[in-house]
Amino acid sequence: MNNLELQKRANDVRIGIVKAVHSAKAGHPGGSLSAADLFTYLYFEEMNIDPQNPDMEDRDRFVLSKGHTAPGLYATLAHRGFFPVEDLTTLRKLGSYLQGHPTIQIPGVDMASGSLGQGISAAVGMALGAKMDGKDFRVYTLLGDGEIQEGQVWEAAMFAGHRKLDNLCVIVDNNGLQIDGAVADVCSPYPIDEKFKAFNFHTINVDAHDFDALRAAFAEAKNTKGMPTCIVMHSVKGKGVSFMEGVADWHGKAPNDDEFAVAMADLERIGAELEKAGEA
Amino acid sequence: MADVKKIATRESYGATLKELGAEYPNLVVLDADLAASTKTGVFMKEYPDRHIDCGIAEANMMGIAAGLSLVGKIPFVSSFAMFAAGRAFEQVRNSIGYPHLNVKIGATHAGITVGEDGASHQCNEDIALMRSIPGMVVMCPADDVEARAAVRAAVEHNGPVYMRFGRAAVPVINDKPDYKFEIGKGNIVREGTDVTIVATGICVDSALGAAEKLAADGISAEVVSICTIKPLDDDLIVQSAKKTGKVVTVEEHSVIGGLGAAVCECLSTYLPTPVKRLGMQDVFGESGSASDLVKKYGLDAEGVYKSVKEWL
Repeated sequence: MNNLELQKRANDVRIGIVKAVHSAKAGHPGGSLSAADLFTYLYFEEMNIDPQNPDMEDRDRFVLSKGHTAPGLYATLAHRGFFPVEDLTTLRKLGSYLQGHPTIQIPGVDMASGSLGQGISAAVGMALGAKMDGKDFRVYTLLGDGEIQEGQVWEAAMFAGHRKLDNLCVIVDNNGLQIDGAVADVCSPYPIDEKFKAFNFHTINVDAHDFDALRAAFAEAKNTKGMPTCIVMHSVKGKGVSFMEGVADWHGKAPNDDEFAVAMADLERIGAELEKAGEA
Repeated sequence: MADVKKIATRESYGATLKELGAEYPNLVVLDADLAASTKTGVFMKEYPDRHIDCGIAEANMMGIAAGLSLVGKIPFVSSFAMFAAGRAFEQVRNSIGYPHLNVKIGATHAGITVGEDGASHQCNEDIALMRSIPGMVVMCPADDVEARAAVRAAVEHNGPVYMRFGRAAVPVINDKPDYKFEIGKGNIVREGTDVTIVATGICVDSALGAAEKLAADGISAEVVSICTIKPLDDDLIVQSAKKTGKVVTVEEHSVIGGLGAAVCECLSTYLPTPVKRLGMQDVFGESGSASDLVKKYGLDAEGVYKSVKEWL
């Protein structure tokens, strides 16, 4: 899929996020939007998956360690054909299968998550299992930059580095913000790349909103043998919605009706520009 | 009862894993630097490629086990009860219990019979913790025979299982030809009519000893051995309580949240009956030999005998 197509899909994903969170009147738009391009790249380009057969045995796996950004994952899975896009607005509602944080029953979700620091360990287990069985599927996991304050992340990183799990790709969404403010102020995780390097990872820094850069980074990760890769993805929290960009407050709250209208106008304008670019 | 065979249930755990390793090629064993103590070393020796030492990182170990189960393995995660159920509680709840994964937790060194290491390592809360997780099977075998049967049953059960094993050697009491094991089923190991003593783990032996002493005083005690604390064999407990009208519970665990609590939950629902709970009375343990500790906290045959006698 070319970059323009990917950009269009990512914009659809962003619209799905905003609609879902607005409908739920709760949820986490900021970190869902910062990772929307990444979700799109993984599910439309990178991973070997089949929406018609979500449990395909040797599929690539994805664990959303930063599980609160479920709206981003759900919107991507819906647009990729795992379940109806219309279901996104049932998010967080009683009786909906789209729980506030990912559950294993949702088509396309490979692991329940939401309690920070835990998803990466499950991803490491999957990667280890693949190695034990000589299978060549790959395992991807997305962490928040605030999440890596959890000690379990480093237990998992130490193990993955020690076991040389080169089928594992850890992605850190470095949008720089967590609930209480800037990660640098709350409890700095920097330098993120150097930390993972010290745990015997190959590390790559990338612009989270540049599909060429993402393409190159994932190719490099795939070609890296003998050690896991950590892609530190520099992103803008709330990306795509004017008033959410770079504002910590949009970590975990839903837009009201007026804000929703502005957000939709922002994204529809981007969508129209992408359509125009396609015709040109 | 002179030369009774004594085996620690952790030994039974390791030995059974080694046997099952041959039958289940997808069975893997995880440890957190305690393979020598959890007795999984015998599995490691036989199947080095299927033994995963995670280092001293129990939280991560639980997550790795979850991931392994999602790619078709049957992981047995081993550590001391304090760290498996205590330290890694939330990982067990969220990464294993919530997605209902096929992960088996073999927790050794449970209760005060850890002995000399003292209270920091004597986990008297694990049954309470694990019992509170929806869908988790909780087993606490009484001896070698039951421990082997429980490990076998765990591998055949699809879903998360917590197994509690002890450090100290305990007498074999279930080596009867008609002994049968089933998850969720208890056994009446001695019939009686005046009082029911429900016991689990190493306390089944104490309960039997106490029943013997009570018999000498003309008191007929029925002893119910409960290996599966969850799901509890409600029918068996109600049936025995109906007969005797009085129930005593005995466990090497806090009286809060463990077997005693489970039995009270059962009886208060189906057949309100007076219950006396023996175990750790909301206190931490301390250093000492296993036998001295069991005696001090009244969980040996003599202690149980005295408590029952006094209460009746």
